[in-house]
Parts: sequence; structure tokens; C-alpha cells
Amino acid sequence: MAKKMTGSNSISRRRLLTTASAGAVLAASPFRINLLQAQEATIKVGFPVPLTGPYGTEAQDQVRAAEVAIAEFNEAGGLDGRKAELLVRDDKLNPGEAATRTLELIEKEKVNFIVGSLSASVQLAVNNVTKERKIIYNSISQSDEINEAKDFSKYTFHEALTPHLTAGAVGRYAFSKFGKKVAFLTADYAYGHEMVRGFQEAGKAFGIESLVDIRHPLGTTDFSALLPRIQALKPDILVISNFGRDQQIALKQATDFGMKKSMKIVAPILLYTGRIAAGAQAFEGVVGGTSYYWGIEDKVASAKAFNDRFRKMHGGKVPSDYGALGYAGVKTLLMGAKAAGSLDTDKVIAAVEALKYDYYKGPEYYRKCDHQAVQSVLIIESKSKPEKGESDVFNVLATEEPSERNLRTCEALGHKS
Amino acid sequence: MAGMSFDLIALQLFTGLALGAIYVLFAIGLSLIFGMLTVVNFAHGAFYMVGAYVGLFLLSLGGNFWLCLVAVPLIVGTIGLVVERFLIRPLYGRGIDYPLLLTFGLSYVMVELIRIAFGKSGYPFDTPELLQGAVNIGVGYFPLYRLFVIGVAAAVLLGLWLFLERTSFGLIIRAGARDPQIVRVLGVNVARVWLFVFGIGSGIAALAGLLAAPLQGVIPEMGATILAEAFVVTVVGGMGSIGGAVIAGLLVGVVVSMTSLFAPEMAKVSIFALMAIVLLIRPQGFFGRAGLMS
Amino acid sequence: MNELSQTLTQPNVASASWFDFAKRHRAILASIFVLVFPLVMPFTALAVNILIYGLYAVGFNLLFGYLGLLSFGHAALFGTGAYLCGIAIVHLGWPWYVAIVMGILGGTVMAAAIGSLAIRTRGIYFAMVTMALSQCVFYLFYQAVDWTGGENGLRGINVRVIDILGFKFDFINPLTRYYVVAAFVIMALFVLSRILASPFGAVIEAVRENEARARASGYNVTLTRLITFILSGAFCGLAGALMALHLSIVPIEILHIETSGMVVMMSLLGGMGTFFGPFVGAAVFLLLENLVSLWTVHWQLIVGAVFMICVLFFPAGIWGTILKWINK
Repeated sequence: MAKKMTGSNSISRRRLLTTASAGAVLAASPFRINLLQAQEATIKVGFPVPLTGPYGTEAQDQVRAAEVAIAEFNEAGGLDGRKAELLVRDDKLNPGEAATRTLELIEKEKVNFIVGSLSASVQLAVNNVTKERKIIYNSISQSDEINEAKDFSKYTFHEALTPHLTAGAVGRYAFSKFGKKVAFLTADYAYGHEMVRGFQEAGKAFGIESLVDIRHPLGTTDFSALLPRIQALKPDILVISNFGRDQQIALKQATDFGMKKSMKIVAPILLYTGRIAAGAQAFEGVVGGTSYYWGIEDKVASAKAFNDRFRKMHGGKVPSDYGALGYAGVKTLLMGAKAAGSLDTDKVIAAVEALKYDYYKGPEYYRKCDHQAVQSVLIIESKSKPEKGESDVFNVLATEEPSERNLRTCEALGHKS
Repeated sequence: MAGMSFDLIALQLFTGLALGAIYVLFAIGLSLIFGMLTVVNFAHGAFYMVGAYVGLFLLSLGGNFWLCLVAVPLIVGTIGLVVERFLIRPLYGRGIDYPLLLTFGLSYVMVELIRIAFGKSGYPFDTPELLQGAVNIGVGYFPLYRLFVIGVAAAVLLGLWLFLERTSFGLIIRAGARDPQIVRVLGVNVARVWLFVFGIGSGIAALAGLLAAPLQGVIPEMGATILAEAFVVTVVGGMGSIGGAVIAGLLVGVVVSMTSLFAPEMAKVSIFALMAIVLLIRPQGFFGRAGLMS
Repeated sequence: MNELSQTLTQPNVASASWFDFAKRHRAILASIFVLVFPLVMPFTALAVNILIYGLYAVGFNLLFGYLGLLSFGHAALFGTGAYLCGIAIVHLGWPWYVAIVMGILGGTVMAAAIGSLAIRTRGIYFAMVTMALSQCVFYLFYQAVDWTGGENGLRGINVRVIDILGFKFDFINPLTRYYVVAAFVIMALFVLSRILASPFGAVIEAVRENEARARASGYNVTLTRLITFILSGAFCGLAGALMALHLSIVPIEILHIETSGMVVMMSLLGGMGTFFGPFVGAAVFLLLENLVSLWTVHWQLIVGAVFMICVLFFPAGIWGTILKWINK
């Protein structure tokens, strides 16, 4: 293959290429310059949430609510004048990505705290990274495992409900009212198993008869293969333990099969955003649990204050259940820092452990052995016709008051007393 | 096992047929496109999903479901024509991998475009009023809509069969599926045939998506799962064989339905294990051409 | 005509030998680049990710670019390497260096298992079989909850100190972690470079160019394919093990089809059939993902579009096209 002599052109082209790439390399390095050098004194709260993916809507609500917490803290003077700032990152609902983002927040941004995320596997991944580096992490979504000794560390806090608590509360309500013959339709992963365990524990006291527990793979789009079997057993209650889209599809198809006519459908959690996305028909008559619903503002003063603040900052919208967790997750850590008067990790941990707070839904505190927030559980039912505007989608049927008795015991979780 | 009566099993079988009907419609397009163009269309799931969303959009403009049944395959089929003409045609002759890779990238783009246009959390899709409710089919109550889906799939299959067997264009397609070289030698404009085949395949996929929407709602990711499962169907039935796609589609639907009855956790694994076994023992599937793509 | 112009013109000796020098010592030059790299990246963890996915892509490319076999199931090799490394540390309490070896072994053995089944198929069917088999591997690991953590992934791969010959390295320190990972990646690239330069490397390319002719020349094509698959598994397994150590977790998503698809994209983007192409592809892919995420949540649109443009207009990939341009 002949090499054409192109004179000085080839040299200059090559040189151009080298200088161009060197230039590009240098141009990229400003990313390394910490643009926030001037604000080194701010308290940084890392916030990895799944902005892309199926829970983007919930995640964005969490960001909005977290912003409320930051704003309130700053307006109240911060920590001796030091303001807080929120560093939001997209974890794409992927534990590997979440771990990478957490590393970035800790190593490059040098955050003081991390609050997030939305999925059991992701929060466990974030927790694994934060605890190794002694950074306080407050998890704001459901998981039983994060309280267990294996994953837990003194830096781990859990503001959200646990599956055991939620399922137990809903079970205690449902089993006393709707009957004793119970069929279970469960998503075959940790969350589903934990929910069923919670229901069955609660059900013991009521003497329920567990007719069947059908496990379906995560991401099932067609339950038609499973529903006839359930119908044939004629249960009083059908407990559907899954989440998000799985739940929406399961409820829709159960409705299509006419199952609501002969049994009561119960779910451990009903998402505000999910209900709005799936529409009234599928959720009609379904009873479930939640950590928060904006409608309690009539009875709970802190809820009204939080809702009003949220409305003011975000164009009249009301916060969702997961959104409110974003608020509380950030606020408890900031208030703990304020109470401790410092950002020293151990001092803040001690202060948060001692915190007795009512920020948005009633009185709460963190249990010492596993840093689980002891809080109320709301039992809700979907409304078929909203009365007070399009966000009026649930009726609060009952409130289970906060009690450590409803949580799994410290010993059961593996904590030495 | 409590409640395992004949009625239940028969009902389960019907469920399997309804499930299979969607698989069949989806897999036919995939199989046709592979048989004629030897293109593994990784964007087929995206066309399915777009079909559902176009249906949603038309309904929001005030149309009705029956109109969508006709409009959606036409609209999305046209998109398919454009895709084949401008994105895939340049890649023929460059090697089997390139069209595959292109459609792979295309699926990312299509899904993201839908996310931008319609948001990321998806929408519910109400069953059309006339088709709501359940009918007693002798062994139990079965949702009317699912019977409708079986009916539509059967009608489309009949129409396709008539088209392939009784029209001259259909003859060309069949000949081309059997031996593309000869057809070209005989002077047929193969490029145009491939263009239409791609369009038809995409259109039918879109119809499948529209039919699936009332069953599970619409989300941008709905194409990805069914694509993986449809690969099983096309491989088992035989890439390039319509009859194979039909039989395999129904078979997979029934297998999934029956395993769900006895061991639901195994349902998904079983079809991929089936796929692997078929590929290793008889790579051309039940009805495919032997020696394809060696 | 060509020969004539060659004798009449003076070849540009300086530039030609510079490029040949670069080619011969590509491993060394790459090493220098790797050492400087983290200082240029937005954050160090991203640089480590690029190294790991770069190695994964290079391992994949051994099969795809050099041998010409498209596998859609390489996540199984990458993931098995990661899980075995993690399991060795979490459940068996073995030291980190044994865990890395376990990772390499994991990738190798899984490749042998999948390869021995898949090798009998050709072309598109090979892609489909590898996809189906890796799905089965996914379910296997998903179900083995006691070992793998199932849906929640394997946590607790906490290696704080790496000690080599008495020197203790703080693995938590981001820059130290980068250099440790880089050391492994450089060694792996060196080994791969040696393999490709060896007679076996030539056989691989011969099989890709003309299989019938290679067979006629007396080479065992099937065995060549299998060995290449297994070698590919070893490199991908190492990449997986490094990933487990870096993130301190192994997410189940590592075995998803998307992870298989991702490496195909990276290889093509960068340029398969060149040594560094896949590495460049991995870097571009991850950087794009990271940077575009800052501006818009719709990064998949950009990445997908860039990928399609490459397939249509730059089949040699970014690095391959750059090389062609230099060579002109």
C-alpha cells in the first residue's frame, strides 16, 4: 500500500489532532475545579433519587419536598449562619449507578449527609457505600433489610416505613373488618416476601386462614394466568403485595376479572402518584396503607404547615407520600445538626437519636437499636369521585398510632441488646 | 392442590390462548422481517409500544377504539416504511450485524422520544365500553375483551394468509422468504418488497401494542419485555416462518399460563431454557429454513 | 503507478516512524495515558468505571471484533466474575487477591459453559443463544438469594486495605483505588496485547477473514472459537471482579440484557477490530451518559442517536475513524 507524499499537510494535520485533543482534555478539566469554592461553608446534603425510570414522578416530588426542608432550615438561620444546600443526583433506579453517584457525592462534593433513594436495592447499595466512609445516610423508602444488623450501621437512619409495619397495620385493619379467609398474590422478591410476612404475623392474632400465597415474578404484565385460581378458592380478602406498575396492572386485571364483586382487595401500600396515573377504576374500593396523605391537614397541624409551605413553593401542588419522606429525611438530619450545634458525625448521630419531632404527620422518634422512625400508619381507601379537586383521591379510614410494638423486635433484626 | 379442577385448567388454557394471541401478532412481524430481510429487528418492541401510544393519542383527540384498530397499524406501518428506507436500507450488504445494531440504537431513541412526548410514568388505558365485563364460556367467567383479542388475532392471521396465498404480491413475499436470490434474479424489485414487508411487520406489531394496552396500560418500557419473549417465539417457531410463529406463539402463551398455575416463579426461566434447548438441538426451530444464516 | 510514486516521493519518515512507534508500544503509551486520566475526569469514581467498562469492552471485542462473533450474552461473564469475587469476600472471608482470581475463574468457567453450548451455532443464532443462556444465568443468580442477595444485590464487599508485599494501600481513598484498578487493567491489556501478537492471535483473525480457508489450512476452527470465548470470559470476569471491589456491591442488574447490550454499543461506538477502540467507546459512552445527564434527563436519546450515526456513517467507530484519518 503506497503512502502518498502529502508534504507538510500530513504533519500539520497530525499536530492539529494532537493539539486539538490536548485542548479538549484541558477544556474538560475545568470540571475538576470546584465551582462551589466560594460556598465551602455550606452544609451539603446529597440526594440520589431515580429521576429517570418508572418512578421519576415520585422522585421529582421527593426533590420538591426536600427543597422545602432546605428552605425552611436556611430561613431559620441555618446552623450558626451556615446554610444548607441540596445536591440532587439521578441514580436511574440502578444500584450500581447509585453507588457511583454516592461515591461522587462523598469523594468529590464532600457532602455532610446523604438522603435518598427509592427502591430497596438502591438504598442498600447507597448505605453500603456511606457506612464504609462514615457518612450519615437517611433512607426514604421501604425496606426491612436496612434495619437488619447485617446492613445496618450507626450511620444509617430510616425515615420511611418498613414493609413489616405497613403490612401489619393494614392487616390489623382488614382482618378485623373483612373476613378471615385470605388469599395472597405476592411479587416474588424481597419486598413482596417482607410484606406477606408482615400480614401473616398480624393475621395470627386474628386467626386468619391463609388459603394460598401465589408468587409472581417481578414485572409481570399479565396476571390472567393467576387470577382464576384465586377466584376458585373464594377468599374474603385478596392481599396483593407488589409495588408500582405491578400493582397497577394487578389491580386493573383483578377488576377486569370481576373479582371485586366477591372479595375485598387489600394492598400494603397505595401510592398517591400511582393512583393518579392508574385512574379511579382500577383502585376503586381498594384499601391500603401509606405513610402520608395531604388530606390529614384538617386534623394534623404540622401537616397543614408542611402542605402550605409546599403549595407556596411549588405552584399550589400538594406533596405526595414519598415526597413527604423526602422532606422529613432531610429535615431530621438538619435539625439534628442544629441541636448538636455541630456537623461532627457522632454528635449529629446522638442528636438525631434523641430527637422527638413532629414535622409533618404527627409525633415521631428514631428507635435506638436500628434508627427506625417510629411513626403512624394511615389506612386509606381510594375515592371514586374526587370532591376537593383532582388531588382528592383518598379517604383516610383509620390511623394506627406510632408504637414500637408494631415493628420487628431488635433481637429479631439481629441487634445485640 | 386445592381447586385444581378441569374447569380451572380449561380456563387457564383460554387464558394461555389470549396471552398467546398477542405474542403471535407481535412475533409474526418479527419473523417476517427476519425471513425476508434477514434483519433481527431490535426495534420491534418499540414499534409495539408506539402503537399503544398512538392509540392513546388518537383516543385523546376524540377518536374511538374501532377507528384506532385501523388507523394505528397504518400510521405506525408508515413510520416503519420510513425507517426501512432511510435507516436500514443503507446497511444491506454490510454484514448481518449492522441492521441489528442499528435497530438496537433505534429502540433507545424511540423509547426516549415517547418519554419526552408523553412523560415517563405511563398511562392507564381503559377497556372500550362495549368490550367490558366477563362472559360465561362454559368453564367459568372469562373477560370479554380477551376473547376479542383472540378474535382480532385470528382475523389478522386469516387476512395475512389470504394475502400471502392469494395475491401476487403475497406470492413474491413467500418466494422471497424461501430464496431471496432467485427472486432478485427473476427481476423483482426486491428493495420495494422489503420496504413493504418491514412496514407490514411494524404495523402488525403496533396493532399488538394497541390490543395489549387495555390489558396492562401503557408505559414507555412495555416493548422491551415482550421483545425478549418474542425472540423465544420466533426462534422456537422458526425465524422466517409465519406458521411457526403462530404455533410457537400460542405454545409459549399456553406454557407460561400453565407454569403459572403450578410454579409461577419458573414461568419466565422456562421459556428461555426452552429457547436455548431449541437453538441447540434444532436451530431453525420447528418450521424454519435449515441452514439459515450459517 | 503506485510503486512509481513511492520511489519518486520521499516518505515522511518522521511521522511514519512516530506512528509505528506508537503502534508497537501501544500498551506502554496506554499506561501513561491511564496514569494521567483521573486528573481529567469530572470525578475519580467515573474514571474507575471507565477503566472497568473499558476492560469489559476490550474483553468482549476479542470475540466480536477480532473473531467476528456477536454475543448478546456477555453480561453473564461480567456478572459471574463480579459475583464470585463478591461471594469470596462476603461469604467465604477470603482475601482480596484470592477474590480477584475467583472472579477471573468465574468468568472463564462460565464462558466455557456457555461457549461449549453456543459455539455450534452461527451468525444470528449465536447472538440469540448467548442471549437466552445469559437470561438463564440471570435467573440462576437471582434465585440463589442466600449467596447473591437476590434482587437486592450482594452487599458488604468492603475491602479497606490492599496490602501488596508489605505496602498497605488505603482502598477507600479514591485516587489510590483508581491506581490499584488501573494496575490490574494495564496488566490485563498487556496480556491481551501479547495474545493478539502471538500466533494464536493470527489464527483468530484468519478465522474471521475466511473460515473455510482457515479450516483448509488445518486450523481447528471450533476449538479456536471456544478458546477465544473462554479468553474473553477471563478478561470480562476480571473486569467484573474489579467492579465488585470498586462499588463494594454487586447489583443484580449486572446480569441484565442491558449490560450485554451496553458492551455491544461501547465496542461499536469506539471501533471494534481495533485494540483501543472499545476502550474509547466505553469512555465516550460513560462520559456522554454522565455529562448529558447534567443537562437533560433524556441522555438515552443522545446516546442512541450517536450510536445510530456511528452504525450508519462511521462503522469503524470513533477510534477506528480517527486511526483511519491519521493513516491517510
